[in-house]
Amino acid sequence: MSVDNLSPSDVAALRAKRPALPSRTKKSISFVLTFLICFATWIVLSGRFDLFHIGLGVIACSIVSSLSGTILISRRGFEQMPRQWLQFILYIPWLLYQILLANLQVTYLVFHPRMLELIDPRIIRFKSRLKKPMSLFIFANSITLTPGTITVYVSITGEYTVHVINEQAGNSLPGEMQERVARLMGE
Amino acid sequence: MMDSFFLYAGIYLCLIMLLSLYRAVFGPTVLDRMIGVNAIGSKTTALLILIGIIYQRVDMFVDIALAYACLNFIAVLAASRYFQKIKGLYDESH
Amino acid sequence: MTVSAVIFIVLGLFFFTGGSIGILRFPDFYSRLHPAGKLDSMGLLMTMAGMALYTLRDFSLPAIITALKIMLIVVLVFITSPTATHAILDAGVRAGLGPWTAPEKKVKE
Repeated sequence: MSVDNLSPSDVAALRAKRPALPSRTKKSISFVLTFLICFATWIVLSGRFDLFHIGLGVIACSIVSSLSGTILISRRGFEQMPRQWLQFILYIPWLLYQILLANLQVTYLVFHPRMLELIDPRIIRFKSRLKKPMSLFIFANSITLTPGTITVYVSITGEYTVHVINEQAGNSLPGEMQERVARLMGE
Repeated sequence: MMDSFFLYAGIYLCLIMLLSLYRAVFGPTVLDRMIGVNAIGSKTTALLILIGIIYQRVDMFVDIALAYACLNFIAVLAASRYFQKIKGLYDESH
Repeated sequence: MTVSAVIFIVLGLFFFTGGSIGILRFPDFYSRLHPAGKLDSMGLLMTMAGMALYTLRDFSLPAIITALKIMLIVVLVFITSPTATHAILDAGVRAGLGPWTAPEKKVKE
């Protein structure tokens, strides 16, 4: 579960992967991006366009993005950001389709009169080949949203514990979704 | 005609919430009750916007619904964090 | 637009019904989390999409902003719902509750 499991060579490899961009440029880019996202949310939520409300929004968004700009947009792996976001946008429709399938399956189970004979809940474990924490997180949430599976526990080294509702649902893991998440995060 | 459709949709949603309320009241463990409360909360989010459409003040009720969705999430998170400290959540049916 | 809104809302109510009956019918709380986590967020997506379409029937700036806010709620719920499901599940696992298994399988073995 902890970062201590990483060997010294892993840490050295992670250090070497840091991009060559100077840190101040990166900081300002992440500041501007966070500011834009915050401000778009502000405009949608406030819905007023007079000077006072826009000014309040600019002040609040500046404070928030100067304090936490590096959380949303991390400094590592900066060069591949635009490609990653494009991949993420492409990933969402497929995920929605999977969620729809999951819902139809669970609805079928719910309305089935002999439901107790169809389900066979169990807890399975498997090892994923994903490495980055962000892709582990996305994969875990995607598992929870798709047919008959809920993530119980994830370790940082990629061991998943999953509760499945019946055996067929467990057989499809890790499967296609892991490949898609791996492509999404560029692993 | 649309008004009565939304009215009946709201009433139907309330009936469904009663079904979830059964689980929240009689659920054998604490976690079952939490699932019931969470389900009622997510239905309330939809119900609030339905009420907004019926009274033609969606712009006001949508903010309430947003705050309610956040609160529902925080409540579930806090309650489960609290209950996982207690070892051996007992099953009341035994 | 109104017709598609009605279709979406009816679909969403159908998913909500499935979620509630699933919560009632499944045998233990691990399997109850499946309908609770999935069907509720899906029903919310459907009803919210229907109501956003209904709000958009007069095409003005406040209406667009309101529809955007409604979809923002959906995005929020889709991010937080797996987390909430996982939190309840984690509490159950740490408290040491075992999952319900099919009884007839044990008899056969």
